[in-house]
Amino acid sequence: MATREHTSATAHDRGPATDITVEALRGRALELRRLMMRMAAGKGEGYIAQGLGIADALAVVYFRELRHDPGNPAWPDRDRFVLSTGHYSIALYAALTLSEVLSAEELDSFGLNGSRLPLSTFEELEGVEVTGGSLGHGAGQAVGMALGLRLDGRDARVILEVSDGELQEGSTWEAAMAASSFRLDNLIALVDCNGIQADGPMVLDLEPVADKWRSFGWDVEEVDGNDLTAIVTAFDRLRSRDGRPKAIVLRTSPGKGVPTIEARERAHFVRVGDDEWDALKAELEETHA
Amino acid sequence: MLDGRQRAGTMGEVLDVKGPFVVAPFGETLAELAAERPEIVGLTADMGRYSDILPFARAFPDRYFNVGMAEQDLISIAAGLASTGKIAYCTTYAAFVTRRALDFITIGCAHGRANVKIIAGMPGLVNPYGATHQATDDLSITRLIPDLTVIDPCDATELSQVIRAIADVEGTVYVRNLRGKVPVTLDPDVHRFELGRAKVLAAGSDVGIVSCGFPTARALDVAARAAADGIACGVLHVATVKPFDREAVCEFAAGVERLVVLENHQRSGGLATLVVEALYDAGVQVPLERLGIHERFNECGSQDFIERQHGLDLAGVLRAVMGEGGGDTVAAGSKTDIGGKG
Repeated sequence: MATREHTSATAHDRGPATDITVEALRGRALELRRLMMRMAAGKGEGYIAQGLGIADALAVVYFRELRHDPGNPAWPDRDRFVLSTGHYSIALYAALTLSEVLSAEELDSFGLNGSRLPLSTFEELEGVEVTGGSLGHGAGQAVGMALGLRLDGRDARVILEVSDGELQEGSTWEAAMAASSFRLDNLIALVDCNGIQADGPMVLDLEPVADKWRSFGWDVEEVDGNDLTAIVTAFDRLRSRDGRPKAIVLRTSPGKGVPTIEARERAHFVRVGDDEWDALKAELEETHA
Repeated sequence: MLDGRQRAGTMGEVLDVKGPFVVAPFGETLAELAAERPEIVGLTADMGRYSDILPFARAFPDRYFNVGMAEQDLISIAAGLASTGKIAYCTTYAAFVTRRALDFITIGCAHGRANVKIIAGMPGLVNPYGATHQATDDLSITRLIPDLTVIDPCDATELSQVIRAIADVEGTVYVRNLRGKVPVTLDPDVHRFELGRAKVLAAGSDVGIVSCGFPTARALDVAARAAADGIACGVLHVATVKPFDREAVCEFAAGVERLVVLENHQRSGGLATLVVEALYDAGVQVPLERLGIHERFNECGSQDFIERQHGLDLAGVLRAVMGEGGGDTVAAGSKTDIGGKG
């Protein structure tokens, strides 16, 4: 398996790169989508739609907000990005590759036998904070991380991703309740509302999602999750440490950036023929242009 | 059958403590240990008063987190704290945490070897509240989780040693907690808990009792009484249920005429099953009787009352050891012979 020598071990002072332009973030989001398409191509099926949908938010997280050290993924003062939906692995691997935690060569092993990059995330991989295949685990662990960081006097933040379907797991709300009780203002949740779950469209009515989080004591923004300017603005609005945990409800479109996949609406687990990938990659470039 | 009072209000304490005891060995030991190790934190799910963690909570309020009635969250938050370098001791009742938070123990903790120590109260039959509060199945559940360590201490001496020892175990540990006035059976100047090692506490070749948890005290009592009747009864105490000390069990079994396995757990899936597996795999054949909790939802009642129902009272265990038929007063079939003597 490919390994990588890192050279950026002195980057402990990496902070949020709030001076990055939205245009530059747009380029990063495109790169993330390209990497996801590269991983998915030829695999026949997978959770590509969710990955494409959250690419814009991940571009903001990894290239504007997250303080981390790609050369030292276990740096104790790092901000944690907790991807609770392990089946979004394709998106996380893309982000970890583009931020130079993983090597680009390793991406081609995605989903293959013996790969370190399986269809669902496992925490033994550098840069992966939690094992996420069983939904409802990320929020509670993020609360624990936020408590631990505060206990140690570290000013690092925990950025948690949960999905709308995952809000049906009661454990997510147990954690939401605890976070506000413990006044964890170093925790920010990204609630990816893409409107799909395994059995298709939302099987339970979750709305109003933002009001639910507010009623649990969180400071909440709700934005178009594929509008980079809106995501950036939401992050900036929620930067204060006022005792309340923060949440951004992201209204995302699964398959965003590749119209054919986007049109396969309500597709939790997209099936794509081997002969379709070249055309889909071309669509991605045309959509961005 | 109505038989005395249920003794509601005992909340999982070992009853009828006649000899020496220690109050709240878990919490007192944790408080001592935490003074030495700043990375220790403590958590509970609204069971601070009933898990004996309060001595720690009073000494280190900033390192104590009560997450409310939320067992899944208890384990998840502990795992998150562990990922920031903490050793997270978390406590609630065994029945609640193993049944409701199993996925969080398995995937959230054990899978990543999270430094989480689950101190699980009221194991087996130590309360009068019936099936909701009686973890009669927790050993069978936890023993199947890879990379998890499972310990069932027998008294205050061992529990204190275990609480200290597990701080140095890299990974997730499940401990059956004894609360309240916990009897002292083992001499703290002599006994040394060793992770993964079963200990012969009494020698004897006529019959051998393999036990774990607080019934080991009864095993020692029975062995002494049997000796008075000319029966040499050995006792092997298996504090660490997982990893299981197969070698010690096989060696002990080879040195006795017959075995009695005694546990505060259902007779299937726990210690007896582990013993049978070990003996069978090693080709050791010895008559074996299982004394444990029958597989049924239990009636409410005092510990004495319930123990009698399952043949776990002193008379029942003594009958089994003396070869006078099991203590099973309710259901037939407690006697299991896994093969003739080789």
